[in-house]
This record gives sequence, C-alpha cells and structure tokens, in this order.
Amino acid sequence: MKIVVLVKYVPEPTATWRYADDLTLDRAAVEGRLSELDEYAVEQALQLTEKGLDAEIVYLTMGPAKAVEGLRKALSMGGTSAVHVLDDALHGSDAVATSLVLAAALSTVGFDLVITGMASTDAEMSVVPAMVAARLGIPQVTWAATLAVDGQTVRIRRDSDTGSQDVEAALPALVSVTDQTGEARYPSFKGIMAGKKKPVQVLTLADVGLQADAVGTAAAKSAVRSASPRPPRQAGTVVVDEGDGAAKIVEFLAAARFV
Amino acid sequence: MPAVLVLVERTGGAVRKPTLEMLTLARRIGEPVALVLGAADDTTVATLAEYGAGTVYVVDAPEFADYLVVPHAEAVTEVARQVQPAAVLVTSSADGKEVAARVAVALESGIITDATDLQPGPDGVLVTQSVFSGTWLADSAVTAGTPVITVRPNSATPEAAPTQASVEPVEVGFSDLARSARVTGTTAKQSTGRPDLTDAAIVVAGGRGMGSAEAFALVERVADALGGAVAASRAATDMGWYGHEFQVGQTGKTVAPQLYLAGGVSGAIQHRAGMQGSKTIVAVNKDPKAPIFEIADFGVVGDVHTVLPALAEELEKR
Repeated sequence: MKIVVLVKYVPEPTATWRYADDLTLDRAAVEGRLSELDEYAVEQALQLTEKGLDAEIVYLTMGPAKAVEGLRKALSMGGTSAVHVLDDALHGSDAVATSLVLAAALSTVGFDLVITGMASTDAEMSVVPAMVAARLGIPQVTWAATLAVDGQTVRIRRDSDTGSQDVEAALPALVSVTDQTGEARYPSFKGIMAGKKKPVQVLTLADVGLQADAVGTAAAKSAVRSASPRPPRQAGTVVVDEGDGAAKIVEFLAAARFV
Repeated sequence: MPAVLVLVERTGGAVRKPTLEMLTLARRIGEPVALVLGAADDTTVATLAEYGAGTVYVVDAPEFADYLVVPHAEAVTEVARQVQPAAVLVTSSADGKEVAARVAVALESGIITDATDLQPGPDGVLVTQSVFSGTWLADSAVTAGTPVITVRPNSATPEAAPTQASVEPVEVGFSDLARSARVTGTTAKQSTGRPDLTDAAIVVAGGRGMGSAEAFALVERVADALGGAVAASRAATDMGWYGHEFQVGQTGKTVAPQLYLAGGVSGAIQHRAGMQGSKTIVAVNKDPKAPIFEIADFGVVGDVHTVLPALAEELEKR
C-alpha cells in the first residue's frame, strides 16, 4: 500500500511576516519550517504502519527550493521517500492551482491513501484537502480525531460542536487529521541522520503533466488588491489585584458598555 | 441587482446568527437569496425573509445527514449554476470551508476564506481578511468565475430587512462520489444552554492558570453572568479540564467577539491566533509577564481563584 502525506513548508510562525511587492506572502524573507499541523498527518501515517499496515510512506510537497527542509523534517520522523514539486512557474499560485498541482502529482506518483493536516499554518484556509479529493474523484474523510485502516476501508471519528460522527470510506481516499489524533513524535538523532539519506524526487510542472499557464500568479483566480500591516494591539491598562481587581474589571466593562 | 447566494446554517432548527450576518452583508453587493439544505419549515423561511432573502431555495435530501460534505457541495453548485449569483457566501466553519472549496473547483472559480468584511469594489466584490495571525489586513477580490467567499462569524451585526420570500424546491441528482464518505454513527452532545462559541458576542475563556476542571465552574459563572460563551485554551483542554470543542486557538476555533475575557490564559501565539480579532480583551493572570497582557485592553495581575469569583459576584448583583 502507498500512503502519501501532503506537507507544506511555511514561514516560521514566531517571525514577522509581510507581503512582498507583488502582494504575495514574502516567503524568502523569513525562516521556514514544516507546518506544525502537518506533523500530525506524518505521525498518523507512521502510526498506521507501526500498527501493522504494510505500506510505504511518501511525503509530497509543492514549494520553492527551501521547501525540501520540510520534507527532510518529515523523513527524519520516519517514512520512505519524498517528492518535491519545484518549478518557478508555481510562484503566486492560489489554493485552486495548488490543489491542481498536488492532485496531478498524486496521480503521477500513485497512492492508496492520502493524509493531510487540517489546515496550513500560513494561509489557514483548510480548502486544499477537499479540493484535491474533488479533483481526484476520491472520498474525502476529513477533520479526523481518530484514524484506522481496516483492509480497504478507512474509518475515522470527527468531532464538532454538536457531537461526534463516525465516518468510513473505501480506499483510495483522502483523510485530513487534527491535533486530536495525538502528539507528533520528535525525530531521534538516528532518525535525522537517516532522513538526510532518504530519496527526494524533484518533479517539474511538466513532469506532472501541467502547463505553466495553469498555475502561478497569472492563473490565480483571486488576488490581493491592497494590504496593510495592522497596528499592533497596544497593551492597555494593567493593574495588580489588591482585593479590588474584580471591581476594576467591572468599572472597565461598564465604561465599555458591556454591563 | 444580481442575486447573492447565502448557504443557510441551522442549529436545533433555528437559523444561526452567522447566516443572518451573511444576509446582511449580501445586501451590500446584491439581492440575497438563501439556500437551505434539508427541510425548510415556516419558521426558517420567515426568519430568512425577515433578514432580506427574497427567495429561499430548498434542497431536501437524506444524503445531507448520511454523507460528508460532498452532497452539500453538489447542491450548492447546482443552485449556483441555476441562479448565477454575484457571489456565493458560506460560513467559515470546518465543513463550510470544504463545501466552499469544492464549489469553487466545480464552478472553476476563485475562493476567498475568512472574510471579515465585504464591499462592492471596482472589479467585483472586495473582501477584507485579517491575515498572518491578525498582523495584516488584506483586501482581495476573486478574479475568475463566481466568487466563493467564506465569511467569519461576528463580521457584521445582523440587520432585519423584511421582504416576501418565495420558496423554490430544487432537485439535485447526486454523484456516486457524494455517497462515498458515509456517516456510520452520530453522538450528540448535550446543549449547554450558552451561546455558540463562534457566534457569541462575549466569550469567557479559561487557561492553564485555572488549575483544574473544577475551577472551570468559575469561568462558567462569569460567562453566565455576562450571558456569554465559555472557551478554553489548548493547555486546559489537553488536561481534560474542558471539552475540546470549546478550545480557541490555531487547532481549535477562531473567534472574534465583542469581549474576550481570559482567566489564567498566558496568551501563547497559537492561542492568540484564535482570538486576537476580539474587539475588547480583558485578562486575569498571576504572571505579570504573560503575553496576553500585551494585547489586553484591561488586565489584572492576580489569582483567578480570587478575582473570578469576586467578578462573578459583582456582575450577578447588576
């Protein structure tokens, strides 16, 4: 069986992000990392094989050259190999084009089960998994808090405000997982060393059967017209409680008309 | 004026507040029409009409309860093809975004998520988003197809605009793919009687500083005194002190209430990502260096176990 885990290399969340002159996120300006929410997808793939599923695990990403670092991080946690879709034409791709590229890459590479995180930690749209599943014509089984594969069936539990649902689908399928699936492992030193040696295949747009005019800034179906940094929230008044803290809060709330 | 198609969300049979917000925003860019997935009773239709929906499209099918997302997306796509709206508006929830995502692909359209404002713009709808963990504001537009826009709850105050609504049932033929992710079991949670967390105007949150599950009774007491919803940080939900569905933060919910009152919440970046859009923030924490104080409009350095009960008492008196 082949499990492909979609991962994204994103700007470091603690760094200061900004728009570049072409009104895309300036990825070159800051350090990056494997998106934290994708670590749960990596972890779940590894747990499936550790629980006995006979499968190779391949990590797939679309991104600039630096994105290989995200693949290496995933490989250091475990897994077999990785695929990096790398092409200058991809710069400025929107989610719609990203899903087109990832679906094409998945068709090229082949898969039985696709696992993704619940959202990227940069754009935070949560739309790519559903789009990829739609393009591939495979079931989408998303926002999983638990994940199991039983023969050719994938079973999850997903939680919402109103309760939980148990959902199942036949493979091939796409599953997205939340942090509720459990802590992602830290790579061991041995894992980091092994990860550096695992194969990473680079694919261009042509390798996945797409033309440049289908992707990138020019093909984007949405555009940022203008952007401005938000003035940071100023710290307001901070008082030390001397038995009057509660009363002061009520005073503040009353002045702001909440009571 | 062109139609604007609003996907209706209901809880316990009642139309949810974010739907009313979207109908209100829709009026800025066209004539709102509503789409109900499931049976539409008279109360639902009356509410939608009160908030300006001139037509209520209804697709009633068992598939919506039995299968995930895809039947919903196919129904929205079919109605959008018939109506040719100026935009499709869907609430920014987990399922809402996935429905919107699939509709965008089917309609070969652009999609913008987590809109906090909509305005008519020179080349279509101009959508405001709060991006990069709330550090930037971006104004964006869809440039191809029918704009599919997911709208964040609490983006507008619902304004009634009563009109006559005609009800139009629509038949949708679902694909086999629509029936591929099957719901095999459902467990319903008890309703708390408090406002929905994502819709609430006031949210009272507890963090690691609360110290125990029992202490969350204090958070609840303050929430009830203010008529608000209860939330919890990831640290608190990971400890099992409160349900995960109440978690605010990067891996939980994003909220933007009028008032966010946080007790024992340090304000780590992943938590802030979920609440820094709040209009007013009040924090209580015993650590004067807690990052939450950097974004709070009013803060008290103190012990939540003394400040919160005192606060609840004061509020209960009023």
